[in-house]
Amino acid sequence: MHFDFTDDQREIGRTARALLAARSGFERVRAVAERDGRAYDDELWEELVSLGWTGIALPEAVGGQGLGVLELAIVLEELGYAVTPSRLFSNALGGLVVDACGSQAQRETLLPGIAAGEQTATVAVASGGVAELVPDADSARWIVLVEGDVATVYDAGAGGLSIEPRETVDPTRRYARVAVGPGALSTALELPAGPGLDRAEVALSAELCGLAQRALELSVAYVKERRQFGTPVGAFQAVSHRAAQMLLETEGARSATWFAAWAADAEPDSLARGASLAKAAASDAGRHVTAAAIQLHGGIGFTWEADVHWLYKRAQVDAALLLPAARHRARVARLAVGAAA
Amino acid sequence: MDLTFSPRETAFRDELRAWIEAHRPGEEPAGEEASFAWRVAWQRALAADGWAAVHWPPEHGGRGATLVESAIFNEELARARVPQPANVLGLLLGGPTLMVHGSEEQKERFLGPIVTAEEIWCQGFSEPDAGSDLAALKTRADKVDGGWRVTGQKVWTSYAHHAKWCMLVARSEPGSEKHRGLTYFLMDMEQEGVVVRPLRQITGASEFNELFLEEAWIPDENVVGGVGNGWKVALTTLMNERAGLAFGLQVALRVLLDELTEEAAARGLLGRESVAERLGDLHVRCEVLRLTAYRGLTATMKHGQPGPEGSLTKWMWSDANQRATELAVELLGPGALATDSRWAFELLRARGNSIEGGTTEILKNIVAERVLGLPRLR
Repeated sequence: MHFDFTDDQREIGRTARALLAARSGFERVRAVAERDGRAYDDELWEELVSLGWTGIALPEAVGGQGLGVLELAIVLEELGYAVTPSRLFSNALGGLVVDACGSQAQRETLLPGIAAGEQTATVAVASGGVAELVPDADSARWIVLVEGDVATVYDAGAGGLSIEPRETVDPTRRYARVAVGPGALSTALELPAGPGLDRAEVALSAELCGLAQRALELSVAYVKERRQFGTPVGAFQAVSHRAAQMLLETEGARSATWFAAWAADAEPDSLARGASLAKAAASDAGRHVTAAAIQLHGGIGFTWEADVHWLYKRAQVDAALLLPAARHRARVARLAVGAAA
Repeated sequence: MDLTFSPRETAFRDELRAWIEAHRPGEEPAGEEASFAWRVAWQRALAADGWAAVHWPPEHGGRGATLVESAIFNEELARARVPQPANVLGLLLGGPTLMVHGSEEQKERFLGPIVTAEEIWCQGFSEPDAGSDLAALKTRADKVDGGWRVTGQKVWTSYAHHAKWCMLVARSEPGSEKHRGLTYFLMDMEQEGVVVRPLRQITGASEFNELFLEEAWIPDENVVGGVGNGWKVALTTLMNERAGLAFGLQVALRVLLDELTEEAAARGLLGRESVAERLGDLHVRCEVLRLTAYRGLTATMKHGQPGPEGSLTKWMWSDANQRATELAVELLGPGALATDSRWAFELLRARGNSIEGGTTEILKNIVAERVLGLPRLR
């Protein structure tokens, strides 16, 4: 039993933190959010690709780095921490589903382009061939739609899909509504969608943990500085106890997410439970902690000028992507009955 | 990261499981006295095969178990639904405190009878006017020839009516304030100057007591860690309290929740989404607590001592346990509030969870100040 990262894993986190601090500071996030069409920074994308992070959790045989969901989670936590506008997130989630659910042939066909960041993927849960919000669908080659127990890969280059860009509360990422029309070229992945979707939920949870962590750090720094009634407001228990609650939720979400990422790599029997724990804990933590950050920043936190709203907005959409937390909580309860029986 | 047990840890667990199955205590008898005697007998059975003090070093009757093995020990006891050893305060708090701060003579004299439950221990820290603000304690130790005469009042003293020894913190320097001028003593409970009065809780039961001390006698050799160093020694005891108890409590919550989930399933309630979601929420909280506790163990092994993060798990536990008992009553209907239902007791007992062992408010202060580095309000 050793619940901590290896030195190599810590190094990945440090590298990502430093790179994104330099290349994806809040001024860059703001620039993308205020830009027409929310175009991402091409140079940052090239850099992420050259580091191999587009294929970090994919097998070496398809050009990936052959590391695990845990290493991907470490990178995505840092992308959340920086609220980086990037296709890395959607491509990674799509890649996880293809890798987990595809046949050998499907994986050999699809994964090399995904790992290289040349033909990117994305994934969403659809109903009746329609997915309301699909991250980066307008730039993806492969759009994976999960309906029930089947994950289907659509070739966005082959026509037959309606892909309408949609603005959302989160201006730091591009989204589109995807509807499957006649003539769409698709292939159903061979294996049941569950384990792929679970891995994607874990990756998503990691980003939520990063958002919460950043919101906590910004808030703690702010309430140490901000003075009212002649004292830093962080000395008031109404404020400090809220900050303590933020830490509790953030650390709890990380415990669940890291466990789930580890399970995806090392103990697949625990993945379903782990993924549901992670998404339930992280979507609550992500939303609560970023909302609390706006509150602890007071009036300034409600302005466009402050940066905490980027975190809150991203967390709202992340929590709504794939399956909602309520579904995961119900699944955890039913799995507990199964385990006891 | 490796969240599986090592072969050594697995072997420890399997050996313990087999031992418990072969030595299960019978049904808990009715009545407080009989129940305590039953737990003493259980501890003696554990001690006879070296299972009573697994985290103690072998020279003092332990197994030298690692932190993870100690956690496994507590998890397995809770999972098997067998009781904690009777002398839990001596084993978890008193012994480990003596091993750090006690003299060789004290270790020689006191440790053995803790393991065998020949001498039960209690803890005399809190006072009526010194609860969360422990350093405000007023119980007075007056120096006399060869020892000390102690006068004052203690409260929330578990096991006092069974105890031979009390870990007592008292003000040994007249006129001193706060953390200064305190001394940590081992006080013999069997003397005229010590009067124990049970404290009736909202459950109707009496787990705790008040202690009235009137010139109680403590010889010089029963000072632990030197005169005037009481605060430092007491902190060792408190750190062990939060670190040691967490795992048993966490599994007790798991067991409670599994029973509630099974009962809800048996009544066909799990088919309702709203019920499944709310039960699931508690399972999530319980698992997050367990995982965070294991993260804390890894950190403790790395840094050598438990950190203030332990406050997070105690807070998570009390919160989840209270929510679980409230949900039980809500799901199972009015019958759950009849006193023949276990849930009625659990509901009331859980109110104490966010007070005992550090109120949630104090834990939030600790987290805010010592983990987040926020300023103290003076």
